[in-house]
Amino acid sequence: MTSRLLLPAALRRYAGEEAEVNIRGGTLGEALDDLAERLPQLERRLRDEQGRLRPHVLMFVDGVSVRGGAPMDTPVGDGAEVFVAPAVSGGRC
Amino acid sequence: MGLVVLLIGTRKGLMIARSTDDRHTWEVDDFQFLNQEVYSVALDTRHDRPRILAGVGTGHWGPLLTYSDDLGKSWTEPEEPPIGFPQGSDASVARVWQIQPATDRQPDVVYAGVEPHALFRSDDRGQSFALVEGLWKHPDRPSWVPGGGGACLHTVLPHPTDPDDLLVVMSAAGVYHTRDGGATWHPANRGIQVANAPEEQRFPEFGQCVHKVAFHPDRPQRLFAQNHFGVYRSEDRGDSWSPIESGLPSNFGFAMVAHPHRPDTLYSFPLQADAERFPPDAKLRVYRTEDAGSSWEPLSNGLPTDPYYAAVLRDAMVADSGDPAGIYFGTRLGEVYASRDDGDSWSLIASHLPDILSVRVAEVA
Repeated sequence: MTSRLLLPAALRRYAGEEAEVNIRGGTLGEALDDLAERLPQLERRLRDEQGRLRPHVLMFVDGVSVRGGAPMDTPVGDGAEVFVAPAVSGGRC
Repeated sequence: MGLVVLLIGTRKGLMIARSTDDRHTWEVDDFQFLNQEVYSVALDTRHDRPRILAGVGTGHWGPLLTYSDDLGKSWTEPEEPPIGFPQGSDASVARVWQIQPATDRQPDVVYAGVEPHALFRSDDRGQSFALVEGLWKHPDRPSWVPGGGGACLHTVLPHPTDPDDLLVVMSAAGVYHTRDGGATWHPANRGIQVANAPEEQRFPEFGQCVHKVAFHPDRPQRLFAQNHFGVYRSEDRGDSWSPIESGLPSNFGFAMVAHPHRPDTLYSFPLQADAERFPPDAKLRVYRTEDAGSSWEPLSNGLPTDPYYAAVLRDAMVADSGDPAGIYFGTRLGEVYASRDDGDSWSLIASHLPDILSVRVAEVA
């Protein structure tokens, strides 16, 4: 399965300034494991060292939030869009 | 002195200042790590090429530990995550609070203190770190609680001549000491109070919120501690502590700095109280003792005389290696003051910055 990881501007420097990268895997966890092999600096900004989604990172697979339950088990179909965004929480003035 | 480099970590980035005229004037670089908090910085001068290390909080995207070998012109982030808890430990690094190069006897060793309470050690100058398991598995750890800033290991103090001897300080767990290179640790808080505990429980073995510990390398047995209410001295490397706060306007504060050449001289920045984190009487003053805490004097020559309501955080005051010493502090109002005469007089060297979290200084070749 190959899906498209869509990146916010703040993370594109870790993907060669690309707005999206392809990731491979049948679940979100597998796809991010694949990302860790190729772009580890990008992957570590999405997940902590235990493989958990960082608290203030939002991810949507084909428009549906992966929050709640087991995010890394979320199925990712071929051609799916995996959208990444910073939460409105987590910032600081 | 030759080139002196001052690192100023703020809530929203890192600023580097340089002086080439014996600290009379300073040139300030552009801001780096924009909008990212720089809780910890270090300037490692043990090798020919100095290395700056920075613990950066990237907000949404987790903590970052990075380094520069060209005094901040460029930064390297290793491919492999430089710091992190082992898989399966169920912990993740929330913030790097302290980066501390070891002594010249261990020129490649760097320590990092993190949140949650843990110590990491690098044997390759900070490119990769391993968890110090002896402290992480300490039986007291389940009882350690967070301080107001978090569950942080914020201070690491290597012994100047014995590489197996190391002290760490955690909020709110207190001082812990190892004499076997980190394999085993014991609390070293006897005599330090927990001021808000019931009277019969004010002197526990651990659980104190010690904010900073300092010592002079010529006197490693003598330690000075700024506690959450209480200023102390130990003459036996933490086995016991005695109050030295008489003469200070308050026994609350965060920063504590030893003079680089005179073991009896120490600098403190008192704050009114934990619920009033302002300079006492709103007067911006550093306090100095030259007799190891028996007496204190306020230092304010050149500091603002208007009421001043900003605190100085635990890692935002430092001394350089000059003689007379340069003393530097950054406030939460985003101002950096420097003295080049042991604190006798002060001048403003940077202002209008975000609140300042960490300051480090070193002379580089």
